[in-house]
Amino acid sequence: MEREYDNIPGTYPLDSRTYRKGYHVNMFLMSLNKAECRDQFAQDERAYLDTFKMKEDQKLAVIERRYLDLLKLGANVYYAFKLVSFDRQPPQVMYGQMAEPRLTFDEFQQMMLGGGRPINGNRSVEEWNNG
Amino acid sequence: MAKLIAGMGTSHVPGLGAAMDNGKTEEDYWKGLFAGLEPLRGWHQANTPDVNIIVYNDHATEFSLDSYSTFTIGVGESFKPADEGWGPRRVPEMLGHPELAWHIIESAMADEFDLAVNASMDLDHGFTVPLSIAYGQPKEWPTAVVPVCVNVIQHPLPTALRCYKLGQAIGKAVASYPDEITVGIWGTGGLSHQLGGERVGVVNPEVDQRFLDNLSKDPLANTRLSHTDFMREAGCEGVEMIMWNVMRGALGDNVEEVFRLYHIPVSATAYGAIILENR
Repeated sequence: MEREYDNIPGTYPLDSRTYRKGYHVNMFLMSLNKAECRDQFAQDERAYLDTFKMKEDQKLAVIERRYLDLLKLGANVYYAFKLVSFDRQPPQVMYGQMAEPRLTFDEFQQMMLGGGRPINGNRSVEEWNNG
Repeated sequence: MAKLIAGMGTSHVPGLGAAMDNGKTEEDYWKGLFAGLEPLRGWHQANTPDVNIIVYNDHATEFSLDSYSTFTIGVGESFKPADEGWGPRRVPEMLGHPELAWHIIESAMADEFDLAVNASMDLDHGFTVPLSIAYGQPKEWPTAVVPVCVNVIQHPLPTALRCYKLGQAIGKAVASYPDEITVGIWGTGGLSHQLGGERVGVVNPEVDQRFLDNLSKDPLANTRLSHTDFMREAGCEGVEMIMWNVMRGALGDNVEEVFRLYHIPVSATAYGAIILENR
């Protein structure tokens, strides 16, 4: 079923659709809250991922740290933070990688220091297409 | 009887906690913000209540796809700072106030609010960062706490109006609590921000400032916004602002704004803080 918020551009809320699609990948990400799970993942990422019922494209997106793809495959950003933290990276690295166009850490910081991404032109898919 | 003295709203960005924990508050990026927070800390020092009811959300820490209630209240004797992926913050444990928590549960239930009950939840940055903002880095927190966790990340979410009404039920419960204690209530999260997707980094000062204005001038206006309004205008994660409605609903009709700070950016977030004294 379509939702009212579906035409907000570049936005991936966690709802019943992403819940089902992303259940296993999110539960993997959530497991990184535990130090012993982080150790297992650090030892052999692939082997640890294989203990979850994730799809192959989800596992590859994790291994290759493709964050935007992870969201498209059902991961939620709050869960994805656990992977960024596992890598001891600041969140701006993930933010910049997901941004359109893609931004480096410094470019993302500069955008935010300049007042952030403006709301005008970013409210709807229609605004994006006409922009 | 217990007295609800004031409400505070504040963002709970994890970077703020990290800046304090790692001694970075004097760095260029942070010092303006922390200087701006000095009067807020002064207010808290002069107005420390016996208990703070802190409305927050859990970020895939204690609650997840496996179990996430709409409203959960913490009845534990104490709560630990959570490991949310990078080890727990080195901040003191938080002492609960089970008597007040249970009184709220009983009173709210009679008011048609069925609150989930939890005695063992660890508390993540959504809860601990506001404490650090208010009280700095003490050896022990100066107040007991009652955690109220709201699901603002896994749709369907409670409506903005429902959050306000929960606040009203909490306010009523506090007013009927028999002991002579002082109580504060905090709404946390927001203001405008979006952390995921191609639109990451969107903020909206106009919507944020109107939301802050409405808290004292027209609080019901903030209850008429839909989740889509929040997500579209204030970013996907800006919907956290509905938790401030719980805080506002608990206060009386007349509040006086005694502090406001608005600052862009904190990480990818528009930071906002407000203190409203109950008149």
